[in-house]
Amino acid sequence: MTELSLVQAVNAALKRAMSDDSSVLVLGEDVGIDGGVFRATDGLFKLFGEQRVIDTPLAEASIAGVSIGLAAQGFRPVAEIQFTGFAYACIDQIANHASRLRSRTRGRLTCPIVLRSPAGGGIKAVEHHSESPEAMFGHIPGVKVVMPSSPARAYGLLLSAIRDPDPVIFLEPTRLYRAARGEVSDDGKGLPLGQCVTLRSGRDATIVSWGAMIKEVLEAADQLAVEKIEAEVIDVASLKPLDTATILDSVGRTGRLVIVHEAPMTCGYGAEIAARVAGRALTSLLAPVERVTGYDTMMPYLRTEAHYMPSVGSILEAVRRIMAYS
Amino acid sequence: MQVKGHRWHSGEVAAGVANEPNIMTIAQRDNSMNCVLDANGKLVGTLPEFARDPAELLKLYRALVLTRTFDAKAVSLQRTGRLGTYASSLGQEAVSVGAASAMKLSDVFLPNFREHGGQLWRGVTLTELFLYWGGDERGNDYAGPREDFPNCVPVGSHPPHAVGVALAFRLRGEKRASVCVFGDGATSKGDFYEALNMAGVWKAPAVFLINSNGWAISVPRARQSAAETLAQKAVAAGIPGEQVDGNDVIAVRAVMERALARARQGNGPTLVEALTYRLCDHTTSDDASRYRDDAEVTRHWPAEPLVRLRNYLMAAGHWDKEKEETLQHECGSALKQAVEEYLATPPQVVSANFDFVYADLPAELAEQRETAIAGARGVA
Repeated sequence: MTELSLVQAVNAALKRAMSDDSSVLVLGEDVGIDGGVFRATDGLFKLFGEQRVIDTPLAEASIAGVSIGLAAQGFRPVAEIQFTGFAYACIDQIANHASRLRSRTRGRLTCPIVLRSPAGGGIKAVEHHSESPEAMFGHIPGVKVVMPSSPARAYGLLLSAIRDPDPVIFLEPTRLYRAARGEVSDDGKGLPLGQCVTLRSGRDATIVSWGAMIKEVLEAADQLAVEKIEAEVIDVASLKPLDTATILDSVGRTGRLVIVHEAPMTCGYGAEIAARVAGRALTSLLAPVERVTGYDTMMPYLRTEAHYMPSVGSILEAVRRIMAYS
Repeated sequence: MQVKGHRWHSGEVAAGVANEPNIMTIAQRDNSMNCVLDANGKLVGTLPEFARDPAELLKLYRALVLTRTFDAKAVSLQRTGRLGTYASSLGQEAVSVGAASAMKLSDVFLPNFREHGGQLWRGVTLTELFLYWGGDERGNDYAGPREDFPNCVPVGSHPPHAVGVALAFRLRGEKRASVCVFGDGATSKGDFYEALNMAGVWKAPAVFLINSNGWAISVPRARQSAAETLAQKAVAAGIPGEQVDGNDVIAVRAVMERALARARQGNGPTLVEALTYRLCDHTTSDDASRYRDDAEVTRHWPAEPLVRLRNYLMAAGHWDKEKEETLQHECGSALKQAVEEYLATPPQVVSANFDFVYADLPAELAEQRETAIAGARGVA
């Protein structure tokens, strides 16, 4: 076990995957000698050379498109899109090609690519650098969407994403790249995709979240415990496929659900979770489902960014509201 | 019809022009046309090596005729409600057949939706083509060229795939190449420019072929780009670009062979603009008379690719009326059999739509699959 930051865990997983499997390639803007703008690919160029760590020209759509061609030929490309704000250009390639190559050819050609991208705000970045597009990708049949919230999960989930036979959008919470540190065992073991992780058990309310917001959710749960409210905290980890069973099981016990995400509320992934709970566990609910999310506005520039981000306080208020509901 | 042609050489920096020492020549154009046969089938160029073997020319001719016969059958099936919307390749057969005939089977073909001729040449079956255009995904599960890509319908979004495929060949040290075909409209798209640029940087063994048929649905070539030629778009990517008479199957094959040889030798990609003409509507859902003068179509008919090769073969004594009748009969029989096979193929079971979304069916999708199998949509 070594203590690593989340971005170091990403780096360790990439190193491990490339060592284990010569078909794994890394490509993207500045991923080579520079090691990526966040250093996620640091050292890979030196270790594996320019044949396997490929600096691309500045063209996001084609980074995805070239990956599709490589994947159809048996490589396992791990493409980095420098910021998710630039990944919108890839949606055509993902939705029209990567996601459906297997289906269109009835399994003749497949597309085992991973599109990694730092996502989310709260890092005082310039505009277009703080997006949370997980629901947009989640709406595309044929892709998987993963967002880790700790170094260990970043390591294990990225390994599984790379080994997965289908395209995976791997969103890395930028805010936690260096802020989240934890023990990681570089043992090459992947964590299962499509499985939630219960980070804290509690009988009074379920809080479901993913990515960087897990930090605020855990802080809120600590404070709630002082108020004798025991919150169960679930890190969704894989948004697609979604482990509905774990969430339903929890809500079945607590009867109360708060969903927390940074992306705007409307058509956000919280709506999907709320709908599933309403559809299958309505009679377990003791209070309306609450969503604590970003607003349906543009992500503000850095001076007012904090007004946008869901806070510990707003999570506490939501939980208190549903606890008071009768 | 004599087509003017241009060949672009890029990356050649001249020492300077007299009196203007600071001007660099970054692109040079010569007007040598890649054309072997004129519209009447008269030899106007030098026969390339392969074309000196009459058997090779006959193979090309048969492929052109089969493609056109398929085309006519597909349109008639669509008109009688037995096929989905279909994109005809009438008049453009030589682009597709010429390209595929220059390829090795181990190369990878990435077509748009109008390259039936090339697909047939590479071993996609008539039945598979009918299945595809009849709305059955199994039509893309080619028994023959297993690594070829299915048609790219979102126009011009597949050149990056060709770069990826080519890069895979280069990384593995294989002497293979990818061939990506798209229309003149596709050259207006960002993906096209991006792919050319990347392929240039990486010297990817890819050949980009423009089926330049004059029309992108209703938008004519003149309103697609102010560029004098589409081949010159290669210059900005630092790769060679050249034009070829796309109705001259011998010339197309010769140019493609040259480009593929360059690619296999590690000398990088080429952009080829094959000048042809869309004698048909865009698809069976289109009515070109809304935007295109019939006289223009009539004007282009004499330059179509089949007659000129037939005329040449006949003049050279390799072909006659009897052989033509036999070939027509053979193509007709092959088509008849394929249509029967296609129409006798029952649609896929509903579960198939779920079974290929992922390698492993996620729980949520498994539930939907059960619902669909139970007949949720009320479809018998």
